[in-house]
Formats: sequence, structure tokens, C-alpha cells
Amino acid sequence: MQRACAGVSTVMMQKTGINSGSITENSLILLKVTDSVENATETFTGTGKQGFTEKGQDFLWELESETICSVPTVMIPTNLNLKSWFQNHLRFGQRIEEMKNKHYTRREFLRHLTLTTLASMSLPILSSCSKDEIEDFLQKHFLEMTEEEKKQVIAKLEKRYFEQYGKKFQISTKAALPETLWGYGLELSRCIGCRRCVYACVQENNHSRYARQLHWIRVLRLKRGNLINLEDSEHYYAPETVPEKGFVYLPVQCQQCQNPPCVKVCPIHATWQEPDGIVVVDYNWCIGCRYCIAACPYKGRVFNWAEPNLPKDEVNPNVHYLGNRPRMKCAVEKCTYCIQRVREGRYPACVEACPTGSRKFGNLLDPKSEIRYIIERKRVFRLKEDLNTEPKFYYFFES
Amino acid sequence: MKPIRETLRETWHFYRQTLTLVTHGSKIYYAWCLSLLAIMVVGFLFYWKQHEMGLIETNMTDQVSWGLYIANFTYLVGMAAAAVLLVIPSYIYQFKPIKEIVVLGELFAASSIIMAILFVMVDLGRLDRVWHMIPFIGSMNFPTSLLAWDVIVLNGYLLLNLFIPIYLLVKFYYRREPNWKFILPFILLSIPWAVGIHTVTAFLYNGLAARPFWNASILAPRFLASAFCSGPAIIIIIFQIIRKVSSIHLEDKALFKIAELIAYAMFLNLFLLGAEIFKEYYSNTVHIASFKYLFEGLHHHNALVPWIWAAMAMNVTAFFLFLIPPTRKRLSTLNLGCLLIIVGVWIEKGPGFVIPGFVPDPLGEIHEYVPNLVELMVSFGIWATGFFIFTLLMKVALPIETGEFSHIEYEKGVITRKTLEATASLYKIKK
Repeated sequence: MQRACAGVSTVMMQKTGINSGSITENSLILLKVTDSVENATETFTGTGKQGFTEKGQDFLWELESETICSVPTVMIPTNLNLKSWFQNHLRFGQRIEEMKNKHYTRREFLRHLTLTTLASMSLPILSSCSKDEIEDFLQKHFLEMTEEEKKQVIAKLEKRYFEQYGKKFQISTKAALPETLWGYGLELSRCIGCRRCVYACVQENNHSRYARQLHWIRVLRLKRGNLINLEDSEHYYAPETVPEKGFVYLPVQCQQCQNPPCVKVCPIHATWQEPDGIVVVDYNWCIGCRYCIAACPYKGRVFNWAEPNLPKDEVNPNVHYLGNRPRMKCAVEKCTYCIQRVREGRYPACVEACPTGSRKFGNLLDPKSEIRYIIERKRVFRLKEDLNTEPKFYYFFES
Repeated sequence: MKPIRETLRETWHFYRQTLTLVTHGSKIYYAWCLSLLAIMVVGFLFYWKQHEMGLIETNMTDQVSWGLYIANFTYLVGMAAAAVLLVIPSYIYQFKPIKEIVVLGELFAASSIIMAILFVMVDLGRLDRVWHMIPFIGSMNFPTSLLAWDVIVLNGYLLLNLFIPIYLLVKFYYRREPNWKFILPFILLSIPWAVGIHTVTAFLYNGLAARPFWNASILAPRFLASAFCSGPAIIIIIFQIIRKVSSIHLEDKALFKIAELIAYAMFLNLFLLGAEIFKEYYSNTVHIASFKYLFEGLHHHNALVPWIWAAMAMNVTAFFLFLIPPTRKRLSTLNLGCLLIIVGVWIEKGPGFVIPGFVPDPLGEIHEYVPNLVELMVSFGIWATGFFIFTLLMKVALPIETGEFSHIEYEKGVITRKTLEATASLYKIKK
């Protein structure tokens, strides 16, 4: 099994050894540091207890802490915060791998026991619920579902959406493409503040349309001469025509941080970063505590304060489970770079909608991609870089 | 078999007696309980509406995404932590006057924690999924998420603060000396734990780089200082009520001692606040916006300004009342000071702390938040629930402490019954 590599340089870890369960002091570990720009490779070998180079030691430190590794080859980014990356992806992912391999872990047992007890105790309440409601209540975390369980959930949702919206839905659960890390570019010198991106996003991503209308993109109007202090920005500008003299426009959406504070604070792993760098939410796992909203420095997350109002004739039936499927009340949601489109090789809706071509999108790991061209040749900056969130959303100017 | 049956019988008797205790009382007791119940019912009805319709029933928005509920939560965690102020002197230094009342203080902490947990529950959008947070059953993001930490420490503190007083009360019930070797470690543990719950709650906000208003390292010490003001202040008032309604004897000396501790804590609280205000206003960076919103209003938005100045006035007045011995040692001024502190710290640590964190929001938008009727009613309902729980706990704990409700009393009952039976059988034989 391979995890996508990310960033400019990567570490590849190979584990060989007789005991295929966990990394012990005796396991042989192979670390390959690959710079994907020049394709230079450096290899480190050692045992579980041995020290490595600086990069390797970082890595080893994690390995030593009872990490159970059931994946033979792992590729992880080194230019990023290794520790948090581990916590966000590998550890959680692996724990799930581990659970699938073992039939009945202690956790599984405890869960079944408790849920059975809970269910039997609340039998009078549950008996008044429909089968769907009970299934929803007991639905597992997306990452913990087996393929079979995913299929069942998809079938249930397709049926439900058909009843609700009268359209046949295509719900994808397509995983991240290998060797991809999505990045976004936005040319501020071209943006005219027309908000076409905002409404293309609403259309594409099945947002609630009224009481409350949700937007994943916000366009800020700033007086010329200022870009950093957003306190003087105007969010609700409404002139006859745009652009207006003396103003610049700054569209903001989820910056898909590589070091996302929202993922860090979520108390229940309801949000995580996919291997292609997109931060997603399992809408059926979110408990609606809104800690992630408080933690996000970009206001990248919005909340369904009520049951979303999505008119039947405006529904987009091509959806992804972790993206634009119709949502429910009191769960959080956010921009996913149109996960349903980009994993099928299409551009996000906002990129296509922009009339001035300000919006660019591509694979950061592909040296020939448009986004890499922009980063290497234009004047780029990222919002609030001082917070060390490492956004994968690059604003740029004509050089 | 016989001892088991006897224990069962006594347990049954204990429950029946408890029920009798809580259902019998003076007219004031009935009025108090019934009004609390009424508020609870109203609060629940409003909550039900919110649960059915979603959080849209509140005035919270994407801009100000936490409101009155989380403000109350923060304040109540501080209240609960205050029990430590009673535990330290009573157990460590064997300070007699406080030792009598420490059990009651701990039950108060337990009631506060229940309220705090309820406030988080009503703030959750999806209460049906709360099981996702249970360790081993759900997928708790421990140790990365501070909210996961909070769930653990708050529940742990609740268990600790129920276990210790219940153990002591059971011993009192049997008129036995508690096994100090057994219970002392728990008591000692509860001290750092109390500091822990408030520190973790402070870190919950503190760790968010997105919110400069909270992202100040002085936050946890400020939380502790303010908690050591408001918690003991309410305890002083509660103890005076207990003294009135029960035969328990509480010396004024104990109250004055607590008041003295409050004076020190309030000094620290004001000092830390001053330190923060100096840093913000002297360096005068863009991060001052939230402070400006709180203290002087920002771009003509000034909903919190009168509140925070009222709080400042209350806190400073109370500080001087408690600092000067003559006013501290007179019950009327002491109680006035307590009331000022309870309200003042609530404003400062509740709405005055949570709301400015969201104003202006990270993209500079200023959205003013004022809680609506639903939020107010649900909040009142939870406060009433807490007071109701505490009242019932007191109704049972006080007679145990005074010895009116004890094993000996029960045995007396048994002996009387046995004597009667014996006499009756004797009478029968004679016949």
C-alpha cells in the first residue's frame, strides 16, 4: 500500500523484518529521502533503535513510540511538520488498517458491547425510530468503514436523495490520486470582485440557498494600499458594477493548510487531511461543536445552523461522499477544492467560473503543472503565513 | 445470608429515608424547589425547540460561533475549580472551621461541573452523535485536541468530587472515622486536578492562533485567579444559607478566612488583567481590535462596553471591601462583596471573554452578538438544574453531617421495632 508523497522532498520508509506486525528494535528500516525536483535520492538504513540523520531522527522518534506499522512502504513529506502529519494521516489511517486485519480488537469489542447495551436500554426510544434513523445513529466513521459498508451507506444515501430531490445521484467515494498534492493560485491583480466564483461554488456544491445561505468563498473588498489588515475590509460590498476605482478584491476560501489547525482541534477526528492534501469532513461524524470554526484563521468553515434549504431543481447530482453531497443540519462544512471534480481530472467550479482567469489550479508535485509554474515565476504569497499553517493556496501578482 | 439481607434492608431504608428527606421541608423549601423545577421545564421546552430546528434558534452565527452557552461553561468550570480552595487548608493544614464544610464545598463543585457539562451539551449541534466522543467507543482525538482533554478532565473531576464526599458521608452515616490512608490520596489528587480542569479549559482557547484575543500566555493564570474569586464568593453565600436552614454550625471565622483568600485572588486577577491591558495598548498592534471592541467599542459597535465597565467597577469595589478588615468582617458588606464578585467575574470570564474572541472575526468582519430568548431560557434552565441538584444533595448531606440521619438512628428504629415485636409475641404467648 502506498500513501501519496507530498511536498518537494519526501521520505520513503521501507520496513523489512520477520515479524510483520510492529516495528521493534530489531526491524530494519530503509529511509529514502527523495527530492522530487531534481530526483536526487539519498538512502539511510538502520534498525528501529538506531539514530539517523536529522530528518531521519524526526521520523524515528515517531516510529519508536509504539507506532504499529502494517504498511510496508510509506511516503511522507519531510518539509512539513512530520509529527502532525503522522498524527493526522498515518497513525489514524494505520489504526484503521490494523483494525481491519484483526477481527475483534478490544476497542471494537467495547464499542459493540456499549452500543448493544445502549441500544437495549433505549429500546423504547429506538423502536419509535425508523430503521434509517437507527442506521444513521450507529453509522461508522468513513475511514473505518469497509468497502462493503461504504457501498451500503452509498446505496442508502442514493435512495434517500432520490426520494428527497427526485434525481438519481452518483455518489463517489473515489480515493486520492497517487502522487498528487493539490495547490491553488489566485492572481490578485486580475480579480475584479464579481463573485461569480462564489455562486458557481454554491451551485456546484449543493449549498443551502436561503435561511441561511452558505458560501465557501468570501470576497473581501480592500482599499488600495492595504492587504494585510483585514479589519478595514468590506465583505458585503454591492456596487452597480465592478471593479470599483480605488479598491482591490481578495477572495478567501479554505486555504487547504498542510498544517491545518481545524484538524488538530477536532475532538473526534471528524475532519482530516486526505493524501492529496484536501481537508475533508465526514458530515455524518461531526458533532457540531464548532471548535474548528474557532480555530480556522481564514474563516474557511461554515456551519449548517438549520436544515439546509436546497431546491429540487437546483441540485447537482454528481457528488462525492466527502464533498458536495447534500448535507444535514448542525454539521460543519468547507471548501474541498471540488473533490468530486478534481479527482476525476476536472478543474474546481470556481476556476472554471472565473471570467478573468484569475484562478489557477494544479498538482504541486508535478514540476510541469501550472501551479508550479506560477510559484516558480510569479510573486506569490500566502495569507497569514506567520501562523505557520502552510496553506496550499497561493495569491500572486503579475511579475 | 443474614448480614446481606440486613445490609439490603438498611440500603432500602436509606433510600426511603433520603426520599422522605428531599420531599419534606419548609414552605420556603417547597417554593424554592418548585420554582427551580418550573424554570427547568421552561428551559427544557426551549431546548427542545432548539434541538428540533437546529442552532438557528440561537443568535449564534458563523462569525460569532460560540455564545452564551460556552460563556457560562467557562465560568462554571472556574466555580468548580474553586472547591480546591477549601480542600487545601482543611486537609493539609487541618484548619478546623473550614474542615467541617469541605464536603459541602465538594458537592458544590460536583453540581457546578454538571452544569458546565450541560452547557457544552446544549451547545452541540448533534447531541445524537455525542457517543463519538466516548473514549474507545468513538474516535476521540486524544491527546491532540484540547476538547478531548476537557472531556476527560471534567468527567474525572466530577467523579472525584462525587466519590470523596460520598465516601466521607457514608462514614459519617456509620459514625466511623474515615480511613484516611485510603481517601487522602484522592483528596490530594483533587487539588492538582482542580487546577488542571481550569488550565485545560484555558488552553482550549489559548491554543488557537487564529484568535489573538485568546492567544495570550497569561490566559491560564488569569482563569485561575478569577476562578478563585467567584467560586469562594458563592460558597460564602451558600454557607450562610445552610447555617440558617440547618442545625449545622459554621463559624464566621471560616467565612472571613475564605474572604481573605478571595482578596488575594482578586488582587492577582486585577494585576494580570492590568498586565494584559498594558501590553495590548502600549504595543498597539492590529491585535488590539478585540480589546478595543470590549473596552471602548470598535467602529461604533459597543454592545459589551457598558457590561465590561460594570464588571470592572464591581471587581475593584469588591477587592477593597475584602481587603479592608472592618468591611470584610461585617456580614452585610461581606455579602455585598460576594454578590459583586459573582456578577463581575461572570461578565469578565463569561461573555466578556468568549465574545470578543470572535469580534472582529479572522477576516476582519464585525458582527455583534447578543443572546436571544432561547439561549437565555436554556441557560436559566441549566442554572436551575444545578441549583436543584445542589439543593437535593444538601438536603441529604446536612442531616448526615449533623447526625440526624445516621446508622445509629436507623438501629434505634430497628431496636424499637424488635422490642415491639418481642413484646407482641410475649403478649401472644401470655394469651
